[in-house]
Amino acid sequence: MQPANLLLLTLVLAVVAYGLGYARSRALAMPLGGIRHLKSLPFYYGARAALWCGIPALIVLALWAAFQGKVIQMLVIGSLPPEMIPADEGSASLLLSKISNVASGALPPGFVEAPIVEAAERLKALREQSRMLMTALVVSVAVLAGFLGWLRIRPRINAREQVESILKWLFFACAALAILTTLGIIFSVAFETFRFFEKISFVEFFFGTSWSPQTALRADQVAAEGAFGMIPLFTGTLLISAIAMLVAVPVGLLSAIYLSEYANKRVRSIVKPLLEMLAGIPTVVYGFFAALTVAPFISNLAASLGIEASSQSALAAGGVMGIMIIPFVSSLSDDVINAVPQSLRDGSLALGATQSETMKKVIFPAALPGIMGGILLAVSRAIGETMIVVMAAGLAANLTANPLETVTTVTVQIVTLLTGDQEFDSAKTLAAFALGAMLFLATLLLNVIALKIVRKYREQYD
Amino acid sequence: MNTLNTTVTSEAEMPEENVVPVQEDKPAETVIEEGKTVGRPFADDAKFKLRNVEVFYGQDRAIKNISLDIARNEVIAFIGPSGCGKSTFLRCLNRMNDSIDICRVKGSLQLDDHDIYDPKRDVVELRARVGMVFQKPNPFPKSIYDNVAYGPRIHGLANRKSDLDEIVENSLRKAGLWDEVKDRLDATATGMSGGQQQRLCIARAIAVSPEVVLMDEPCSALDPIATAKVEELIAELSESYTIVIVTHSMQQAARVSHRTAYFHLGHLVEVNETNKVFTSPEHELTESYITGRFG
Repeated sequence: MQPANLLLLTLVLAVVAYGLGYARSRALAMPLGGIRHLKSLPFYYGARAALWCGIPALIVLALWAAFQGKVIQMLVIGSLPPEMIPADEGSASLLLSKISNVASGALPPGFVEAPIVEAAERLKALREQSRMLMTALVVSVAVLAGFLGWLRIRPRINAREQVESILKWLFFACAALAILTTLGIIFSVAFETFRFFEKISFVEFFFGTSWSPQTALRADQVAAEGAFGMIPLFTGTLLISAIAMLVAVPVGLLSAIYLSEYANKRVRSIVKPLLEMLAGIPTVVYGFFAALTVAPFISNLAASLGIEASSQSALAAGGVMGIMIIPFVSSLSDDVINAVPQSLRDGSLALGATQSETMKKVIFPAALPGIMGGILLAVSRAIGETMIVVMAAGLAANLTANPLETVTTVTVQIVTLLTGDQEFDSAKTLAAFALGAMLFLATLLLNVIALKIVRKYREQYD
Repeated sequence: MNTLNTTVTSEAEMPEENVVPVQEDKPAETVIEEGKTVGRPFADDAKFKLRNVEVFYGQDRAIKNISLDIARNEVIAFIGPSGCGKSTFLRCLNRMNDSIDICRVKGSLQLDDHDIYDPKRDVVELRARVGMVFQKPNPFPKSIYDNVAYGPRIHGLANRKSDLDEIVENSLRKAGLWDEVKDRLDATATGMSGGQQQRLCIARAIAVSPEVVLMDEPCSALDPIATAKVEELIAELSESYTIVIVTHSMQQAARVSHRTAYFHLGHLVEVNETNKVFTSPEHELTESYITGRFG
């Protein structure tokens, strides 16, 4: 049976165990004079039987599915004649894919050597056996454990506590899954980053002011020297993010203040969803809006003022990104401002403060931690944004603070480094991971700072 | 309806109110004649002159044709069962109802013979003269000093830091809080106890030197000891301010107020000297309420 079907079967068995456990607990309760003589409600006895039935079986299933491939491969390779046993990992994986292609029928047996055909037959047989064994094992574990759970239903046993503690561990497992995924990402990035720094020095990467990720294919190639200084990329990112925040923070914050304090219900019910629609526009659409409309407009405007401007500029990308981010700032700030208790507004108004004084001196300070949170969220969004920048800001890594010039960002370079065919041992490809790690560290740092600020204000205000 | 009379309302009105026979335990069936208030609703030296006041929440008429005078430097208590409109009426006196979209106020409301609801009237100036203390202590999440200095700052009452310090100290002294907080004026106000917070709110209200202080159940969130302190404070403040206090505690009304007004379902049923209201109420609804038959 396929693992997916087996999973379904196990769930069905668990449901059956629940039903049987429920029925048995009721049956046991009746002679005693009703379910109030049980330690727990019938639901908990049923749930316990279901958990006993399901969890061990699912663990067996997961372990089997995870390891069967490796074990079968080892068995197949071990059965080959000694002269065919591959020496290194690369040829082993080539051989294995050949064998499995023959087994699946993609490669006609006439094209390969006899031992491989034999190995393919063996692979097929092993897979079949493994599948049957797995089905038998999982079903018997489920039935056995479920039966045990069913048997151990007694009025004196407190099933509720057991179910609660099992559920606690289940929830913990779910939380741990998210953390483990993050750890996995960190390790995969860190590993490649480490390999990158074996090729390129720290000093060049962190302090180099020129970025031109080239690696020579031949020793005598022209312009074989690559430069891997990340400073132009990070200044580009910062420049564009700063422009985006200059647009998004004032507009977003002021519109949040308007919506929460001044607008009447009808205006609010129309304007707020419209503003939030901005966040729903795909970034690629923003991208061509920036590239085809805003960037030419800016360069024409600059030309008419006699200033030189590139047709792809940081200003265009940053400005459009800022518009994209407005709803992040406005929506979160609006929620936070609304959460400030009405009693504070009343208190201020009753002292003769005007609406704007109340806003400025009471509500805004009280809402500031939340607003900061919203802004920092928007900053992380701006730093991570890629599409708009790819389309509107260009690819040239200029080290400049002039918003009218073309710049590039960390994310854009990661995209260009990893698109197309890449070899995973060149510094050019590995640089993408190093940049990713730096970006990750930067946003992490930002979040830590955000938390610090929020905590500081919270202490002050609670 | 009677206009401006300072004596007890004529006895002749009483039978009219008693036309409908009242069954025991069902006092709510008593018919209240609109705009009729027994007792002494009017005063000679009126700070507030309120005539035929009606308040609407959308289609709902929350206040039904109330006329009342509030005398200079008196403490008047509004009592009545929940939902009788006493807080709504109180909030008309400094136009705190303005922020509620569906709320409309009709009738003539005058403070020192000037219309409160005149469209040309400056609400900021009105609220500086008519301060308010709320049911739940609502100190701003700022330091104790900044809380008290808030009003003086927005109204520009102090030219120098030393003036402001003086205003803050005086207000805190008047509120009986100075000795408790003088060493920690920079501490956040939200860290104080409930009773201290409420006294801070009173200090904050009197820091702008208002003429009237409105109090909307100022002790309902406080324990008995804090309540006693606030009541003591009200007695002291009554020497220099006009105080209107809404309360659910009849003992409190009896302790702190000169006159007591009894509200019922949006009507002002009876207004009289406090001891009179509590010893010999003229209206049977008042009597039912103060004897605890409902409310």
